[in-house]
Amino acid sequence: MQHGKYRFIVGFLALPLILYGMFLISPFIQAFQISMTDWSGLSGTANFVGLDNFERLWESDDFWNALRNNVYMLVVVPVVTLGLGLFFAFMLNVGGKRRKNEVVTGVSGSKVYKFVFFFPQVISVTIVAVIWFNIYNPDPNDGMLNALLGAVGLDSLQNAWLGEKSVALWCISAVMVWGHVGFYVVLFSAAMASIPRDIYEAALLDGANRFHTFFRITLPLLWDSVQTGWVYMGIIALDAFALVQIMSVGPGGPDGATDVMPLRLYQTAFRDSQFGYASAMGIAMLVVTMTFALLTMRFARRERIEF
Amino acid sequence: MTTEQINTARKQDGPAPAGSPAPARKRTGGEGTVLNVFSHGILVLWALMVGVPLLWVLWSAFKDSNGILSDPWGLPTSLRWENWSNAWNEANMGQYFLNTVIVVGGSVVGTMVLGSMAAYVLARFTFPGNRFIYYLFVAGMSFPVFMLVIPLFFVLRDFPGTSLLATYHGLILVYIAYSLPFTVFFMTSFFRTLPVSVAEAAMIDGASHTRTFFQVMLPMAKPGLISIGIFNFLGQWNQYLLPMVLNQEEDKYVLTQGLAMIALQQGYENDWGALMAGMMIAMLPVLVVYAIFQRQVQSGLTAGALK
Repeated sequence: MQHGKYRFIVGFLALPLILYGMFLISPFIQAFQISMTDWSGLSGTANFVGLDNFERLWESDDFWNALRNNVYMLVVVPVVTLGLGLFFAFMLNVGGKRRKNEVVTGVSGSKVYKFVFFFPQVISVTIVAVIWFNIYNPDPNDGMLNALLGAVGLDSLQNAWLGEKSVALWCISAVMVWGHVGFYVVLFSAAMASIPRDIYEAALLDGANRFHTFFRITLPLLWDSVQTGWVYMGIIALDAFALVQIMSVGPGGPDGATDVMPLRLYQTAFRDSQFGYASAMGIAMLVVTMTFALLTMRFARRERIEF
Repeated sequence: MTTEQINTARKQDGPAPAGSPAPARKRTGGEGTVLNVFSHGILVLWALMVGVPLLWVLWSAFKDSNGILSDPWGLPTSLRWENWSNAWNEANMGQYFLNTVIVVGGSVVGTMVLGSMAAYVLARFTFPGNRFIYYLFVAGMSFPVFMLVIPLFFVLRDFPGTSLLATYHGLILVYIAYSLPFTVFFMTSFFRTLPVSVAEAAMIDGASHTRTFFQVMLPMAKPGLISIGIFNFLGQWNQYLLPMVLNQEEDKYVLTQGLAMIALQQGYENDWGALMAGMMIAMLPVLVVYAIFQRQVQSGLTAGALK
C-alpha cells in the first residue's frame, strides 16, 4: 500500500496547489503590498508610501458615503430577506390545512412554490439587473412599475425610482431581497423538515396557535441556519456591485445615492488607474467584512438546542 | 383527546372511516381554512412577483422595441423571431455564447478533475502538511474577491512568457483556481464518507493509486460530483466580476459582459427586442439545468452557504 504513495500525493496536489497559489494566495499577499504604494499600474514604478493611502481613505468623503450606503443595505436587506424567507418556509411546511390526519403539514403545491421562488437565484445577476432596470423605468407609460401603478389608479405613487435620490438605494436593495428570498425558503425548509413533528403535535395539544409555534419552536430550533444565512446575506449586501453598476444612474448616482464600496474600488483602479489607493480600499473591505462576520457570530450565539 | 389518539389517527393510511372525522381537523378546522386561504394568497403573490418579470423577458423577446416600451405589459401581437437572429448575429450574442461555452466547459471539467484529485489525497492519505494544505484551500472561501482582483489583473498581465488577459486559457485557469476552495472542501468531506474497503480491494488486485482513483473512487463519488459540478457550472456561467476585470476585449466577452454592455449602451432606446432575446439565450442553459436537476441545484447551492 505504501508503494509510491508520496509520488502519488505530490502528483495529485501539485497542479491544484500551483493554480491556487498563483491566482489566490499570491494576489491576497500582493494586495497588502500594493496598498502601501502609489502605483498607477501603467509605468513600472511603484513607490512605497507607507500608510498614506489609508490616511487618504480615512479622509475621503466619497468612500465614507459608499460605506454608509453599504451599511444601510447591510442592516435592512438581511432582515427583510431572512424574515420573508422564514415566513414563506413556515407557511410551506407548517401552514397547510390539516389533511390525511397529519397534524402539521405544508400547503399543497409547496414544491412548485419552491421551484418558482428559487429561480432568481440561478440566473445571472446581470439579467436580474437588466430586468429591474426596465421595471424601474421612470416613464409613466414605458416603465412597468409606473404603468402598473397608473393602471390601478395609484398615479400618486409613480416615481422616478432609480433617478430619485431618496429612493434609489432602496430600489436596488429591493432587487437584492427579490433575488435571494427563494434561497432562504429552500434553506429554512430543509432545516424545518428535520424538526420532529412530535414537538409541533405536543404544542398544538397544549393549545398553541401558529404564532406561538413559530416563535417558540421553529425559530429557536432554526437559529443556527438563521445565523449562517445572516452572514451570507450580509456579505451579499456588502457587495451589490453588479446591480449598482448596471442599474444605477451614473453609475453610483444620482449624486452618490447608490454608490457602494466595490464600485468605488473598481472605478478607482480600472478607470482612474490608482491601483495603490484602490488596494487600500480592498483591505478596508476585508476589515469591514471580517468585522461584520465576527460580530454576527458573537452576538447571534445562542445555546445550541439538541433535538 | 390524548396523544395516543392522535398518534393512532396519524398512523392510519388514507381517510378516516366515515362517521369518525379526523380529530385534529374537528378541533381546529376553522382556523385551518382561513389560514390556508391566507397562506396561499401570499405565496401566490410572491410567485407572481418572481415569475412575471421572468415571463416578461420571454414575451418581450418576441416584441418590437416600440411594443416593449410603449406597452410594457402587453402580449406580443405577432411573434418576431428576427429578434433572436438579431441578437445572435448583430448583437454578437452568438460569439459571446460560444466564448462562454468554451470558458465554462474548460473550467468546469478542470475544476472537477483538479478539485477531486486534491480532495481525494487530502481525505484519504496521512502525510505531513495535510491539515495545513486543507485549511489553506478552505481559507480561500473567505477572501473577498474584490480585494484580489487588482493584484490578479497584474498576475495575468505580467504572466511569464505571454499575457493571459482576455484569453480563454487565462480565464479558465482563474475560474478553476477560484472554484477550488469550495470544491475541495465539499469533495473532501464526500470522499471521507466512501467506504475504504473497495479502494483497498482494488489495490490488492494490483491497481496503482492513480488507477484506483480514476476507475474506482471517482465513479463512486458520482452523486457528489454532480452536485458540485452543477454548483460550479452555475457560478461560472453567471460570473460577472472576473471577466469584467480580466477579459476586456470585446471579441472575447462572455454572455454576462455582452448583456451588460448592450443594456448600458441602449439606455432607454434602440433594439430592446434583441436585448430580451439575448437574455433568453443567456438564460436557457441555466433554465434547462435547473429544470432537470432541480433538487441537486437547490441542495448544492444551499450547501454552499452552510460551509
